[in-house]
Amino acid sequence: MVSIPLEERMRTVRFKVDDRPHIVVNAAVCNNCSVRACVYVCPANLFVPLDDGGILFNYEECFECGTCYIACNQEGAIQWSYPRGGYGVTFREA
Amino acid sequence: MAFLSKEASLALVQRVHRLIGIKNGSTPHGAPQPRRQRSAPRPGAEHFDVIVVGAGPAGSAAALVAARAGLKVLLLERGEYPGSKNVSGAAFYGSAILNELIPNWWEQAPVERYLTRRVLAFMTAETSVAIDFRTTRFAEPPYNGFSILRPKFDRWFADQAVAAGAFLLNAAVVDEVLWEDDQVVGVRVRRDEGDLRADVVIACDGANSFLAKNAGLQREFHAHEMSLGVKEVLELDEGAIRERFHLHDNDGLAIEYIGAITEEVSGGGFLYTNRDSLSLGVIGQISSLAEHRRRPYELLETFKRHPSVAPLVRGGRVREYSAHVIPEAGWNMLPKLYTGGMLVAGDAAALCFVAGLYLEGINYAIQSGMAAGEAAVAAHQERDFSARSLARYVERLRARHVLTDFASYRHAPGLVNSPRLQNLYPELIAAGAEQVFRVNGGPKRKLLPIALDTLRRANISPVHVLQDAWQAGRSFGW
Repeated sequence: MVSIPLEERMRTVRFKVDDRPHIVVNAAVCNNCSVRACVYVCPANLFVPLDDGGILFNYEECFECGTCYIACNQEGAIQWSYPRGGYGVTFREA
Repeated sequence: MAFLSKEASLALVQRVHRLIGIKNGSTPHGAPQPRRQRSAPRPGAEHFDVIVVGAGPAGSAAALVAARAGLKVLLLERGEYPGSKNVSGAAFYGSAILNELIPNWWEQAPVERYLTRRVLAFMTAETSVAIDFRTTRFAEPPYNGFSILRPKFDRWFADQAVAAGAFLLNAAVVDEVLWEDDQVVGVRVRRDEGDLRADVVIACDGANSFLAKNAGLQREFHAHEMSLGVKEVLELDEGAIRERFHLHDNDGLAIEYIGAITEEVSGGGFLYTNRDSLSLGVIGQISSLAEHRRRPYELLETFKRHPSVAPLVRGGRVREYSAHVIPEAGWNMLPKLYTGGMLVAGDAAALCFVAGLYLEGINYAIQSGMAAGEAAVAAHQERDFSARSLARYVERLRARHVLTDFASYRHAPGLVNSPRLQNLYPELIAAGAEQVFRVNGGPKRKLLPIALDTLRRANISPVHVLQDAWQAGRSFGW
């Protein structure tokens, strides 16, 4: 099918998950953020707003594109590095 | 440049010199900034003549040039294999450039189709107006461009560097450069015994360029300077591709879409034909995505449903979804290109040429990688790895037209991302064309009244149009 939901689309991508997160989110900063750019811009929808004002995030299916930390306007909310060598996303067609 | 007089060319080059600070002597684009905590290498670290960080097109070109000159070269790649982290459209317009490095490279490399047809389409939600260029002259060696798939192409290109004598180490992330005084003397790989020494470190670590930032050569980016591209590779029968896009055996098509394809978000769309698949995607300025709270994969769906796109992708099966950022601000976000013992090339140096008509990066990556490799070789010949010696990299970049291109088009990114150009003008072109082509029994109006009427309805003053025309001229015309 040409049009598929994001979850199905994400299943076309291979990830070798590092047990150490390469994204660290400072929840205290996020609680005071009203913009929440990360929630919208992430191409893998890894940032989900919670009812209590926090942000739930998942680093496991990350494309390592960097969009979240570039979009984040809150100093120090997203600490971002690459996963360990050989881990993370492995594109085969892209 | 071909249209400039000799005097004008000279003036342009002098302006480039001024802008990058050549006139000031010393170290333009390269003065080390002693801000961050600097690590020195641990004793006993292995030594290389050149360490290249990142085995994309820039890194492999640099490693190939340095290895061919007989230098001991280490090429580091953080992915499982070269290309495994890399995403482009991907249309590669640097065939003639790569041909200089590897004659008749297309005979052995994994290419999809040579591009003989280029389409620029202006979109509204229901309408499209396109410029369709096609020539058989691009079907002759060395060809003008190819569609490629990066995980395959980059892997092949890195193998060429290895064949020339470079060592390739996969699964190696580099987090920082190592210093002795004001000189970069190596890198620290994130693993035990990870310190490696080199006379020259060439950072080709991609758009996020943590290494250039770590060395104090690049600043943090603004969200308006970077765009996010999301993409799908859609499997489609080879015969269907030929018929649907009016292609012969191995020739191919590149379409670039601007206008409402990304709704109110600044950006555009693209569609390239591969051998038995299509590469298609949308690109959105990160600040604009955030401002309008638009999710990139939803824009991709909207793009695929557009009435002029849907018939082209019908029946395609998603093989892979991917995403990557693109440095889009051109000249205005170039880092300092070198310091003592270190050079920056490719996307890491923000050498991505994004200016409406043009969407080019791999060619500039290869050119800058070659220039960096040449600068490293020359530095070894003189055994001088100081910033002053490596300044020749800038000379090489100018000689290869890289810096001159970015300088002469430095106004284009700002213009291309302006709301009027992004959405209003494509809308006007489409609306105007509809008025011209619609036959409804009323009087046949002439073009000027149609144009003025369209502008009035859109509430734009002709003065603004003239201002934009001037900006467009300044960006693209002269």
